Amino acid sequence: MRISRNRIETNSELAAPEDLYKLNPLIKKYKGKKGALIPLLQGAQHLYGYIPRKAFEKIAAETGLELADMYGVATFYSQFRLAPVGKYIVKVCHGTACHVQNAKSITGALEDTLRIKDGETTEDRLFTLESVACLGCCSLAPVMMISDNTYGNLDRKSAAKVIRDMKLQEKKS
Amino acid sequence: MNNTQVIVGMGSCGIAAGANKTYDAIKNIKEAYDCNFVLKKTSCVGMCFREPLVEIIDDTGYFLYGGIDESKALEIIESHLRDHEPIKEYVVKSDLFPTDDDQYFEGQVKIALRNCGHIDPENIDEAEYKNAYRALKNIGSKDISRKDVIKTVLDSGIRGRGGGGFPTGMKWQFAYQSKNDDKYIICNADEGDPGAFMDRSLLEGDPHAVLEGMAIGAYAIGASQGVIYCRAEYPLAIKRLDIAINQAREKGYLGKDAAGIKDFNFDIYVKEGAGAFVCGEETALIASVEGERGMPRRRPPFPAVSGLWKKPTNINNVETFANIPYILLNGAESFSKYGTEKSKGTKVFALTGKVKNGGLVEVPMGMSIRDIIFKLGGGIQDDKRVKAVQLGGPSGGCIPEYLLDTPVDYDSVNATGAIMGSGGMVVMDETTCMVDLARFFLDFTQKESCGKCTFCRMGTKRMLEILTRITEGKGEQGDIERLEDLAYQIKDNSLCGLGQTAPNPVLTTIKYFRHEYEAHINKKSCPAKGCLTLLKYEVIPDKCTGCTVCAIKCPVDAIDGARKEVHFIRQNDCIKCGECYSRCRFDAIKLS
Repeated sequence: MRISRNRIETNSELAAPEDLYKLNPLIKKYKGKKGALIPLLQGAQHLYGYIPRKAFEKIAAETGLELADMYGVATFYSQFRLAPVGKYIVKVCHGTACHVQNAKSITGALEDTLRIKDGETTEDRLFTLESVACLGCCSLAPVMMISDNTYGNLDRKSAAKVIRDMKLQEKKS
Repeated sequence: MNNTQVIVGMGSCGIAAGANKTYDAIKNIKEAYDCNFVLKKTSCVGMCFREPLVEIIDDTGYFLYGGIDESKALEIIESHLRDHEPIKEYVVKSDLFPTDDDQYFEGQVKIALRNCGHIDPENIDEAEYKNAYRALKNIGSKDISRKDVIKTVLDSGIRGRGGGGFPTGMKWQFAYQSKNDDKYIICNADEGDPGAFMDRSLLEGDPHAVLEGMAIGAYAIGASQGVIYCRAEYPLAIKRLDIAINQAREKGYLGKDAAGIKDFNFDIYVKEGAGAFVCGEETALIASVEGERGMPRRRPPFPAVSGLWKKPTNINNVETFANIPYILLNGAESFSKYGTEKSKGTKVFALTGKVKNGGLVEVPMGMSIRDIIFKLGGGIQDDKRVKAVQLGGPSGGCIPEYLLDTPVDYDSVNATGAIMGSGGMVVMDETTCMVDLARFFLDFTQKESCGKCTFCRMGTKRMLEILTRITEGKGEQGDIERLEDLAYQIKDNSLCGLGQTAPNPVLTTIKYFRHEYEAHINKKSCPAKGCLTLLKYEVIPDKCTGCTVCAIKCPVDAIDGARKEVHFIRQNDCIKCGECYSRCRFDAIKLS
């Protein structure tokens, strides 16, 4: 069933109050408009990378939307996150075409390389590993997407190498 | 040489294959040497298996180069443009000579995809040059009535391309007959089927066709507002739609008295979906546009009577809308002459899986699945045997090899137990386990069920548990019957299409591949060698040279053996990663 079982932010991760002013233009744009709930949440996530609890509270207080409705919508759609994520989100495609080309082993290889489970974030907050339904690049299966780059025709080895290369790059910079 | 054009294919799949680098490389050469050619971008022509594609049109003819990375880009620019010698081995299509890939285009009829890969989707002038908005303008200049528009669409026989297959003209008629000052028209671009990318390619390649189709529909039913509900996972499609909408507004195709039609005020905005497969269902999509959880609502009232904000609403799929301008411009006959008696026109398929030439194809309805796979698709990878074809994604079913001569039309495909769906066609060879595939789809629908109907919410979960058990070798007698029983209950007791069709992948695989289920349950073995827990890696003693490579590479130290002696895999410790199998240089490890 559609319930996002995302980890919810801990106290140390709460957005600083001074950051919340960033929401003002967004609230101004959508306040009082019908059907604004989802665009408001999308806008908030765009600003912070996830939707902080304080953002929920501020939007509810200033637009009159019910907190319960907002939370209901946020947990229904897979796009919304309630906890911070890593700098890079590694999206491994598990669409049908990727599935028959063994996407499972790609996720497995990445779990081994990153030493996290699917859906988790590394301790250094660099990588978050996710499985997604379909990236629409079926002819290059199996595929993964990191930031805006898509990597196709992967196997265990080449997938792990992409991550190792990125780690090296990060260390240098 | 002024007329020479170099065009790089920049759809999502092209970019994934490295088209950006190719484009930059050509741009750099052009600037460095001050070359005298026009460099342009286009979208996908559907040849995903040959990306990145570069097209060169010069005075002699037309050349489509495939697999062009940065270094090859330099080669073709030097050889073709400077020395006027096309590199034939890279050419995948040309009007001057035949190529090996020609068969990919033979038998294809491009109506919905007519401009994809032939225009710059971010440039409305190029679209107009290819007849975009001409059908809409005709309505104004020739004073075509709304009833006549609907009649033409009815006569063409086009049926909904999103999977439902409901006649589009009838849908429009219902919305037209609803009396209300406010009506809405919605384009369903929430393409959630894993393994389908027709709508994405269309929106990226020819957004104007969709906008024009919507405007014609809006005129016909009397709507003043259009909404395109597009997946957020398609950023490029959304970007190009926004550009196209702005350009159409500037040209007067949208807005007040749109396209010169008096009193026709119409505008469109894009609504980003937030990721929920169930929103492909009409009523759930409407709930989502209204800002709620995307849960389906009871019908009747149908959206044509009471839809978005309780106003009459018409919803069509991307591909349906893209066909409309062509039908209006060329007449119903131009469309209905293709296809079969009950399924007119053409259909776009995303051909993927274990097929040699994967990509986007548009074929007349009635072509056989075998022809699509073996003629257009070029056959199966590594010349293995085709086992089945999956049509219709998680709502569809698997068609076995012996039924591949089934023609693709709504009724013939339905008769096999699969559905036409939106056009995902995934080809599977003998290494795909059908039980595991059914489990994969059930896993998807189970997660995507909105939870409103008990049978869909709980039933899919129970089915998934049984399937998982079977693939892990813990299947019990009676499991197949339990699955069938649950499947029919879920189909009968669900409100929307998601639940009504969710059991299809299980039912069709049981129907055609019952022996695989039985092998898993009775013999605890997987005939396709796809279910990891049922597999065993073993050393073939005669072939093992004792080189120790496997023992060194084994990540869990599950392989024993001294140098120059036959090795042994301890099954209790083996995690079945396959590392030994792929490392052994003497083929001394077997999978059973």
